[in-house]
Amino acid sequence: MQAFAELLDRLVYTTARNAKLKLLEDYFKQVPDPDRGWALAALTDGLPLRLSIRKTLATILEPHVDPLLYRLSRDYVGDTAETVSLLWPDARANAPPPSISDVVAEVSSASSREFPRVLERLLDRLDVKGRFALLKLLSGALRVGVSARLAKTAIAQAFGRAVEEIEEVWHAVTPPYGDMFAWLEGRGERPDPGRKATFRPVMLAHPIEEGDWQGLAPEDIAAEWKWDGIRVQLSARPGDVRLFSRAGDDISGAFPDIVQAFAHTEGVLDGELLVLRDRAVAPFNDLQQRLNRKGVTGKMLQDYPAHIRLYDILFDAQEDVRELSYLERRARLEAWYERFLPSLADVSALVPFAAFSELEEKWRQARENGIEGLMLKRKDSPYLAGRPKGHWYKWKRAALTLDCVLMYAQRGSGKRSSYYSDYTFGVWKTPDELVPVGKAYSGFTDEELLRLDRWIRTNTVERFGPVRQVAPGLVLEIAFDAVQPSTRHKSGVALRFPRVHRIRWDKPAREAETLAAVQALIPS
Amino acid sequence: MPTPRPESWLYPTERGLFCAPGQFHIDPHLPVERAVITHGHGDHARSGHGAVLATHETIEIMKVRYGADCAAEFQAANGAQSINGVTVKLVPAGHILGSAQIVLDWQGSRAVVSGDYKRSPDPTCAPFELVPCDLFITEATFGLPVFRHEPAEKEARRLLASLEANPERTHLLGAYNLGKCQRMIALTREAGYDRPIYLHGGLRNLCDLYVRLGVDLGDLRNVMDSEPAELKGALVLCPPSALSDRWSRRLADPLTCYASGWMRVKGRARQHGVELPLVVSDHCDWPELLTTIEETGAAEIWVTHGREDALVHQIGLMGRRGRALALVGFEDEGD
Repeated sequence: MQAFAELLDRLVYTTARNAKLKLLEDYFKQVPDPDRGWALAALTDGLPLRLSIRKTLATILEPHVDPLLYRLSRDYVGDTAETVSLLWPDARANAPPPSISDVVAEVSSASSREFPRVLERLLDRLDVKGRFALLKLLSGALRVGVSARLAKTAIAQAFGRAVEEIEEVWHAVTPPYGDMFAWLEGRGERPDPGRKATFRPVMLAHPIEEGDWQGLAPEDIAAEWKWDGIRVQLSARPGDVRLFSRAGDDISGAFPDIVQAFAHTEGVLDGELLVLRDRAVAPFNDLQQRLNRKGVTGKMLQDYPAHIRLYDILFDAQEDVRELSYLERRARLEAWYERFLPSLADVSALVPFAAFSELEEKWRQARENGIEGLMLKRKDSPYLAGRPKGHWYKWKRAALTLDCVLMYAQRGSGKRSSYYSDYTFGVWKTPDELVPVGKAYSGFTDEELLRLDRWIRTNTVERFGPVRQVAPGLVLEIAFDAVQPSTRHKSGVALRFPRVHRIRWDKPAREAETLAAVQALIPS
Repeated sequence: MPTPRPESWLYPTERGLFCAPGQFHIDPHLPVERAVITHGHGDHARSGHGAVLATHETIEIMKVRYGADCAAEFQAANGAQSINGVTVKLVPAGHILGSAQIVLDWQGSRAVVSGDYKRSPDPTCAPFELVPCDLFITEATFGLPVFRHEPAEKEARRLLASLEANPERTHLLGAYNLGKCQRMIALTREAGYDRPIYLHGGLRNLCDLYVRLGVDLGDLRNVMDSEPAELKGALVLCPPSALSDRWSRRLADPLTCYASGWMRVKGRARQHGVELPLVVSDHCDWPELLTTIEETGAAEIWVTHGREDALVHQIGLMGRRGRALALVGFEDEGD
């Protein structure tokens, strides 16, 4: 537990990705089984423990802390687990600190009646960092800035593997992953995904750049529309259908309609998850209503009907077809679809073209809902995990741009901590009132950042901690993919993927965009 | 003769805490004729008073900060003395060099104005002396039970361990320029760190004063006069405000450290972008506040700047009379 507590404490204060990876790698290499496995579970899918810790905390804390003092402390600290870890008396028990395995064993064997007592005894055996780690473990969400993917990347790097190899076996193993660590350390067989529906690492595309066109011949390339949904993988075995995000997160729980529609199928398919109404793709915002949820209501299923537009196949029933060429897989996909005919699904059509000029014409006209641009895929490419160069290209339609006014600037983190590098910008609601429409962190050079930083420091009108409000005097030309309605912003709109396109040092703020003009860009 | 109620002879006015029979203010925030000053921090010691009574060290600190003519007349405290019939004595508060509690005796009643204080050891100043009293006026900077400071020696060792583990990174330690800065230097020296320590320009004067007043701080150099290569892997101290300022850009891949009691709470450390938070404070933590209140035996406790609500509530739980002494002009600057 101490090593894990130290790890969490360090992660809380570490912002750089590589520094986090280093901390994680060292941990996984140094800590023995099964503790490191439980730690990995906590960092990825969560420990397999189901308890109402919130209520229990209140009960066990009562004898130690006056309720008013607790409330004042909680308000100040802002996090319940941290507050309790700070308030709990030190060194009450003479027993050595528990290992994570002790925690898992004691907590999972406790009845809900015994649980408060068990938790008390565990807290008594830990110091402040240990108590924080314990409560974070039990609350299910660590919130230390480590995604499941980053944890898997650390495991891969620690044992000299590619992260795709970890993802490949991930759904075949369960916490504390003893068999996976045995394989990674050369002490055991590779865990076999076997009969379960598992995730296979996906193949990603590169944005097409000017220089890429020279190496491409139209006859070698297939084109598809690039749909504006989220990339998913559907993995089906008899009796087990799962839907995964492209990072390998299991999102089946939020999409029982899709799971049901594929219940009779077998295979691993690649496609785009969309909300479809009357066969038309709904705005991305509609799909968002169904994402990031554990479950889903009947009304949501009805209001936001999900659909998968399939474009590739990795396993045809049980046969691994990833080595086949794109064209062969395409034929397999069409045949597979004809065989099973799953509802709530179709096959993404190919976009026919003879010359790139013809394709460019289609790309230019692609402004309708749900289309983000074109995908170009080599007809002879196998299905390769990761982002291999020279196989798949995404050709996003040209971004939209808006002239916005810089309103607030915030100091960045890590290398940028002495620069104001995060910008909130707005548009004119009335001739006198600006309302924020988004935030951008990228799209400028280091020299531009220096100049922006200087401008912000000399035009500050107010300071709120790390944030400065600036006088409305600098226009940023913001590039973005779409406008969508938002309840989070005061303006009622939000931009998707905003980035700074150009800094308009020359343009008067008065001439920036109006809110009405931005609202007009919301797809109906 | 019955002893007078404390608030009849000691109370806050718009200029600060006023001792009526003695006709003097304690730590006034506006200019007054006669002031008694607990210590040199800016929210306690201000310029422009007529006569100032303080410890020799506090007077020297005021002169460095505000100029030699920052008060019309200085008197260095030396044992107990009478001011208009009130016996006044300054005893160590353990907060920073020269810091004192003001002990007031009048007509059989004793009040102690502690200023800022701490109970844990500090190599740069005399330790807190407990004075039993009827009225104890305490600060409440860390007046919440979540505040428990780590032993300062342990935090200094963590800093040195990080210096050793990251020899290519400059350790940039944010520390308040009066007290915390010199204490952190002295702590690292005690822990065996004998390499030069580099200072931001804003820390130089007070470090020099500490040395003049007999506190050994070892080899101190200015960042300004140093080659960038020299600073790689070195320990650099700066005021907290300079941690994320443009100033730090000259340093090699700086590892940001901050020594403060606030570092106990993760959100506060993250707010400052701190990579290595050190929980070291020149104020009492919560257990020290309660112990001190208990030990003074005072039936009445007044609570000044900080989190008064929680501490006043706790004093009530301890069966004493607690009051928030709302002193205007006291800012939350301590750390």
